[in-house]
Amino acid sequence: MLSILQTALELGLIGSLTVLALFLSYTMLNVCDLSTDGCFTLGAAVGAVVAIAGHPYLSIPAAMGAGVLSGFVTALLQTRMGIDSLLSGIIVNTGLYSINIAVMGGASLLNMNKTETVFTKAKALFTGTALAGMYKTAVALLAVALVIAFLTAFLRTRLGLAIHATGDNPDMVRSSSINPGMTTVVGLCVANSLTALSGCLLAQSQKSVNIDIGSGMVTIALASLLIGRAFAPRGGTARKAVGAVVGAIVFRLVYAVALRLNMPAFMLKLVSSVIVVIAIAGPYLRSRYPELHRRLSHRKGGAQDA
Amino acid sequence: MLNLSHISKTFNPGTVNEKRALTDLTLEVKPGDFISIIGANGAGKSTLFNAIAGTFFTDTGAILLDGRDITLLPEHKRAKLIGRLFQDPMRGTAPNMSIEENLALAAGRGGWLSHVSKADKAEFRDRLALLSMGLEDRMQHPVGLLSGGQRQALALMMATVNPPKLLLLDEHTAALDPATAEKVLALTRQIVEDEKLTCLMVTHNMQSALDLGNRTLMMDGGRIIFDVEGEERKKLTVADLLVLFKEAAGKALDNDRMMLGN
Repeated sequence: MLSILQTALELGLIGSLTVLALFLSYTMLNVCDLSTDGCFTLGAAVGAVVAIAGHPYLSIPAAMGAGVLSGFVTALLQTRMGIDSLLSGIIVNTGLYSINIAVMGGASLLNMNKTETVFTKAKALFTGTALAGMYKTAVALLAVALVIAFLTAFLRTRLGLAIHATGDNPDMVRSSSINPGMTTVVGLCVANSLTALSGCLLAQSQKSVNIDIGSGMVTIALASLLIGRAFAPRGGTARKAVGAVVGAIVFRLVYAVALRLNMPAFMLKLVSSVIVVIAIAGPYLRSRYPELHRRLSHRKGGAQDA
Repeated sequence: MLNLSHISKTFNPGTVNEKRALTDLTLEVKPGDFISIIGANGAGKSTLFNAIAGTFFTDTGAILLDGRDITLLPEHKRAKLIGRLFQDPMRGTAPNMSIEENLALAAGRGGWLSHVSKADKAEFRDRLALLSMGLEDRMQHPVGLLSGGQRQALALMMATVNPPKLLLLDEHTAALDPATAEKVLALTRQIVEDEKLTCLMVTHNMQSALDLGNRTLMMDGGRIIFDVEGEERKKLTVADLLVLFKEAAGKALDNDRMMLGN
């Protein structure tokens, strides 16, 4: 059981980097970035190829750089080419499928069993210490802590405020002499670098990457983000970011428990879809409840009520 | 100061919805002018402001601001020179961000990666205190929690925190209750005087069109049909304005929000 919990914690932490990416693009910039799945795989593929080439540390910036490029293209399509933001994400996501296979040298599966990765480096570092069994969790935790620290500082800068305001009221951004197209580009570049980092770490932690590693990731991350909102509905950026990470871990824990209760593993994506539907439709339906109530009572009461 | 020469704008050209919103309009605004603009619905008042602010490019003509040709300058770049307030208090502020963050963005001090400085925070506090709405003690509150009047007063602060060359006020008190409207108007007058701003104001209130500023324009059918300032303007009453409009436009002034007095 303990190992199940630890796996859930580790997967939750690594996946939470994608959740933090959506925290930036979806919560702050108000763009639902549907290129997330492809970008996650891109990060995994680029990271794996660079690690296999013998550069475990370089794999991290390489994957993040690839993510920046992908985010740049998605942003350019919607700010300069007149393509709707959802459609831009879908187009890039589709294109990335080919690019990802090309990155992996035409294969749809890469094996890293004998490859040195940031995790094997950490394992060597921690051997003989109390953390020996926790090296994967430690690496993931370090990455998450660094990203939260970065996001908290970044969103307080003038650029970060402008990105937040772009999602809140683009008219106001324009009247502050800032081009909302520029803030969208920067925001999506940063967000996608985090998504790619997330993919890179997941691939290295499970020592393999296949072309489907990122499929459904946007829905899973969105579900985690919305669960996280329940933990930190108010407060500053740091608190909300920590809430998003907690959401990701809780999601993985619930999923792990469900697996334990004999839910088949292939149900993961349906579960994440249902969570997103409940989290978004729930508040909406609740707000419509008075109207529904009125309809029902009107029918019952008939003319006296009207 | 501001020179509009022969600007025209037609929306949906070549379709059944074609609308000539501005017709060969020429206007010279002198430095320090405070001009009130009145006109019927669809006269082109807001279109004129959109043309000046760069919401769209005009089809013909040129726009010069302070000697600089801004005819084809994008909206966000013009915003450095032009401050603007809308009728809807929601348009000028970001609701999910704090008062301080809104002001910091509007002020635009420092580099892209700089945080709001202590000095700026102190300055924002002092400025907000001038509004005497208690906003200086609510700097961290989201703007969405403020009332319409408070949001509009904040938007006024934001538009003038870096004094613009030109301030455009588009019926900016029309959505407020009379007492709040009065207060926001007094604040506007004070800021315009203190900063010696050049200002254009669209209003539906005939009395404040005459009380405020030094010059009044009437618009109809995308044109300026009447332009009055100086001694001649001082003698005008609301009743005179209505007669003048009817003479110039050939029809009675019809504006669904029009207020004849206070």
